[in-house]
Amino acid sequence: MIRIEALTKRYDGVAVVEDLTLCVDRGELLVLLGGSGSGKTTTLKMVNRLIEPTSGCVRIAGRDTRETAGPLLRRNIGYCFQQIGLFPHMTVGENVAITPSLLGWDEGRIRRRVEKLLELVELPVGDFRDRKPSALSGGQQQRVGLARALAAEPDVMLLDEPFGALDPLIRDRLQASFRRIRSELGLTALFVTHDVVEAMILGDRIAVLEAGRLAQVGTPRELLEAPANDHVAELMRTPLRRAAVIEDLGAGPG
Amino acid sequence: MSEQLELLPGYLTAHLQLSLAALAIGASVSIPLGVWITRRPRLEPGILGAASVIQTVPSLALLAIMVPVLAALGAQTTRFGLELRGIGFAPALIALSLYSLLPILRNTVAGIRSVDPALVEAAQGVGMTDRQRLLHVELPLGAPVIVAGVRTATVWVVGTATLSTPIGATSLGNFIFSGLATRNDAAVLVGCLASAGLALLLDGVIRTLEVGVRERRRGLAVAATVVLTGLFAYAGATLALSRSGSGPVVRIGSKTFTEQYILAELLARQIEERTGAATRTVPSLGSTVAFDALVGDDIDVYVDYSGTIWATIMKRRDLPPQRDEVLRTVGGFLAEEHGVHLAAALGFENTYALAMRKDHARELSLRSISDLARVAPALEIGGDYEFFQREEWRALESRYGLSFGYERSMDPALMYGALANEEVDVISAFSTDGRIAAYDLAVLDDDLGVIPPYDAIVLVGSRTAREHPQVLSALRELDGAIDASTMRLMNQRVDGDGASPSEAALQLLSLVRDEAR
Repeated sequence: MIRIEALTKRYDGVAVVEDLTLCVDRGELLVLLGGSGSGKTTTLKMVNRLIEPTSGCVRIAGRDTRETAGPLLRRNIGYCFQQIGLFPHMTVGENVAITPSLLGWDEGRIRRRVEKLLELVELPVGDFRDRKPSALSGGQQQRVGLARALAAEPDVMLLDEPFGALDPLIRDRLQASFRRIRSELGLTALFVTHDVVEAMILGDRIAVLEAGRLAQVGTPRELLEAPANDHVAELMRTPLRRAAVIEDLGAGPG
Repeated sequence: MSEQLELLPGYLTAHLQLSLAALAIGASVSIPLGVWITRRPRLEPGILGAASVIQTVPSLALLAIMVPVLAALGAQTTRFGLELRGIGFAPALIALSLYSLLPILRNTVAGIRSVDPALVEAAQGVGMTDRQRLLHVELPLGAPVIVAGVRTATVWVVGTATLSTPIGATSLGNFIFSGLATRNDAAVLVGCLASAGLALLLDGVIRTLEVGVRERRRGLAVAATVVLTGLFAYAGATLALSRSGSGPVVRIGSKTFTEQYILAELLARQIEERTGAATRTVPSLGSTVAFDALVGDDIDVYVDYSGTIWATIMKRRDLPPQRDEVLRTVGGFLAEEHGVHLAAALGFENTYALAMRKDHARELSLRSISDLARVAPALEIGGDYEFFQREEWRALESRYGLSFGYERSMDPALMYGALANEEVDVISAFSTDGRIAAYDLAVLDDDLGVIPPYDAIVLVGSRTAREHPQVLSALRELDGAIDASTMRLMNQRVDGDGASPSEAALQLLSLVRDEAR
């Protein structure tokens, strides 16, 4: 569904992403995992052309993204990011309705779609549609963000640490909601995170990026069992290492 | 007071026309320009800098400088069938529009810059084009800051529009300028209150509109829109009506002192009664603005003084000859160089004179300017705005070797009071000013004959003289009709007794007619 081919981005000659080739199958969720500066966000933004690649290309459903004007391309790609970016002067309903209205859907269809999406992200329509984003909690805001990204029934979803700024309990609940939504809709998605546990919970496959290059790509199990290098091995072991620390605390000194 | 209130609707309407037109132009230039430079950050310092420079020009100067600029442009554009007037509405409109640029421009840039980068990214992410992002996200979110800029501009423009009176645009400033010159505090007060009230009203309406739109309070937004639209419609309709005009109107200019207001009213009545033509006064013009306006056909008639033409227009620096000789020379010069007709010499002189408190002059035993020159370094002189720039002053300085301890420019309306209160020692007085007698002042003798004679002369523009010869002949009747003591009396009626210039003019006209009979 998404083919990233020899994608490279340089700023003033310095490569941020170098010669990256990846593909995401239809209905698959691929996690881009890496620390800050690994090039994962840059890669994501090159898929919907918020950033233009220096070289290489991205194909979605076989079509080179450069053939479509940026704004038109992005109307068919859901985009959800950590800062959420709900428009404060619009209601929840209006925020969700943006992309469908840009696509020229008729009002009835937009209204039904908004209702369905708010239901999907577990926000009761009657309570939430006419509220302003400022009257929502962080978790509720990101649910709206998710609904907005899904509004125009996109072929592909791009998510950039969407749950990164939420507290752990809310984060768990949103991850669970997201898994359910994904399986209901059969979404194809590219998901950026630096959180190994999140990557393992949500990802069908994980691509580990290191300084702009692909270190390894595979299922969580493959990465755990056959890490390509020490860095990947170390990274995949962090959740277990932490769990061990917590278990020790549980055992206690006495 | 009631006479002032009668004038209020006309002045207020003119003020509203000028302010709204300037704001509309200012906003429709600055908001797009502001948006444009947020897309091209490299141009920002240059464009904002230029707008700031315009802002630093004192507003009165910016207005005044538009007169010669437009006159020069007008000379170019008449060829293309366009008519740009050197004085009046057009230069005032351009200056005020320029003046409104900076606050709106700066706030537009700041308003758009203030939008959270995450929202810009979200707008791109949902598939908005640059234009859609601007219309649906950046402008609505930047609107409070942008509207604040428009409101600042509104208050500035409405206030500054009062200064467009000296360049011939009617405004609430007509109250203020004529009120200051004729010591009519009620007029000044009416002008100030009306202009402040108008500024507050417009500011309030714009604020209400913005709050109504932002908070989606429909009633508020609709009410504000109705008021604003109504004001624009009224201003536009009245402007169109005044432009379409109704037959020829003889426009009579006046400068900014009492005698000029009286004489303008006098000429107006004389022309109306003798020819049946309609007249309009264009009061409170700057001294050289009046002459330029006559030559540029922006006014048809006004009263000037032979010595002023001699010194400031002909720029003669030699010792002036006798009164009749100056009059002849000036008349010939005006006709030859500018096609201006000297219709009548009214019969009195209003010369520049140096005046002091009588007791002070006696104490220092001063009778003439030669006497004054000896003690001048210890004294302070007050003069009207133009006095120290005038050729006459330069001639006085050089011929008498005059050098005062301090030269203070001030409004002529305040000069006499300052002298009486011993805040200055000498002033540049006008010889026909009623206040010379009222304040018991001594006029020092110009023993070297440096100050040229200042016969009051009625000047008529070339087009008017050609197309309306009956106006010229009506004005010729006034030749020699007013003597200095009569004029001084009339000035005193206004400055001292609180009569209005038109009342004084009426009385003067009947005196003139009695004399003639």
